[in-house]
Amino acid sequence: MIELKDIQKSFDGAKVLKGVSSVFHPGQISLIIGKSGSGKSVLLKCMVGLLCPDNGSVLFNGEDFIAMNTKEKKNIHRSLGMLFQGNALFDSQTVEENVRFPLDMFTRLPLDEKRDRVNEVLKRVNLVNSNHKLPSEISGGMQKRVGIARAIVMTPKYLFCDEPNSGLDPQTSIVIDELIKDITEEYKMTTIVNTHDMNTVIANGDKILFLHQGQKHWEGNKDSLFETNNKELMDFIFASDFLREARAYRLGKTKK
Amino acid sequence: MDSLYHIGKYMMMLKGLFVRPERKTMYWKETLRQMYQIGIDSMIIVFIIAFFIGAVSAVQFAYNLAQTITPMSYVGYIVKESMILEFAPTITALILAGKVGSNIASELGTMRLTEQIDALEIMGVNSIAYLVGPKLVAALTMIPLLVVFAAVIGIGGGYLAGISSGYLSGIEYIQGVQSLFLAKNVVIMMIKAIVFSFIIVSISCYKGYYARGGALEIGKASTQAVVLSCILVLIADYIVAWLVL
Ligand SMILES: Nc1ncnc2c1ncn2[C@@H]1O[C@H](COP(=O)(O)OP(=O)(O)O)[C@@H](O)[C@H]1O
Ligand SMILES: [Mg+2]
Repeated sequence: MIELKDIQKSFDGAKVLKGVSSVFHPGQISLIIGKSGSGKSVLLKCMVGLLCPDNGSVLFNGEDFIAMNTKEKKNIHRSLGMLFQGNALFDSQTVEENVRFPLDMFTRLPLDEKRDRVNEVLKRVNLVNSNHKLPSEISGGMQKRVGIARAIVMTPKYLFCDEPNSGLDPQTSIVIDELIKDITEEYKMTTIVNTHDMNTVIANGDKILFLHQGQKHWEGNKDSLFETNNKELMDFIFASDFLREARAYRLGKTKK
Repeated sequence: MDSLYHIGKYMMMLKGLFVRPERKTMYWKETLRQMYQIGIDSMIIVFIIAFFIGAVSAVQFAYNLAQTITPMSYVGYIVKESMILEFAPTITALILAGKVGSNIASELGTMRLTEQIDALEIMGVNSIAYLVGPKLVAALTMIPLLVVFAAVIGIGGGYLAGISSGYLSGIEYIQGVQSLFLAKNVVIMMIKAIVFSFIIVSISCYKGYYARGGALEIGKASTQAVVLSCILVLIADYIVAWLVL
């Protein structure tokens, strides 16, 4: 479980986060949605310690992350995985070396056991026969899978994904969403996903947090999303005619 | 103000090197990779340039001495001393500032931009120690080696050019090279090589590691790394000369 209490962050006097609080539970996907530039990535980076919030606290299972010493922070880091927007794969290393990297760095397992584990997670993300390719030699969707495999190879308790669908075609995007959902349930992870992809919102929104102008403007799930009267949220979600129609249809159906 | 801020941040980066490696074999593997990139990959360019500098100085000294009554063996002596004291360490450092410096700054800058550095931090790896440490170790071992070879090759270049110029014989040149051998000068060469390697790698790492923005900024960071390393190498050259000579 991860708790956020009153997270604030400014850059050069510009307030990006003006006090965000929330709770994220294990075994489910929590989505952070909002316009581009609304501070989703900043919030995620504050949670994992890549940025230090100006105020507020981040609790991992009740323990204050920001107050921890370096060693305790490293321990938290070893229990979390992160999928970056641009995948952040090490480009001089092959797929296998990328996924094996955390094992090489933090375990003393013999090489063949590490290889087995790598193959296991690569199989889990449906990426076989690419072990010896470089990241630049595989497609964007495959890179995402490698990113996910590397994030989960140490069986983390927490998974953070920054815009996992960016740059993917709609079909691949759905496959990646399903994959994140399945492994979240399988590993009982607390998963937090930044997104502005409406397919993800509708498919995976166990819990949705809407960021607007640096604040938590709305919180709910994919069902309550359709019933909201929150103006900014509606403008954001139902921006296309298609989605407005879907909403009207769905609301009409639930009334009957 | 601004430069004080950068000096402080640079010092903090260096301080970040002093942590226990998470896994020694991983650091060692990275160090070997860097040794290859910094040392082996730079060999040809360094050696070619050292050869021609030795050759050109020999011919020019010989031409100048020919107008005087100074014995021709002086050519060998002067080429040897100038290679050891100045050309081998300084020219090698300036070449490497361009080649290795820009390489390092753009590699780290790209890693910063594509969040690879963040990815390391998230895993719990000390990114400064893991990325900068092996580069420094590799440079501090490989660059002094390159400098020694550069000195030898430069002196060899002087020999070939000297005798083919017709001004002096090979025996005279070798006599000159063998006369008045000062071990102190070799020590100075090594000190310079070590100081210059440190400057080039730490400055380029700093510029790359803290790069921000986009592809354009990486280009700028790598240019700045080269320019700043060159200037600092020359200043350090002067300071070392001033301190020990
Ligand atoms: N390291 C930084 N320094 C200065 N400003 C930043 C930094 N990171 C993010 N910002 C600013 O914070 C705001 C929110 O950015 P971000 O969290 O990346 O938005 P998004 O919701 O699209 O992920 C933007 O205006 C951005 O310019
Ligand atoms: Mg973002």
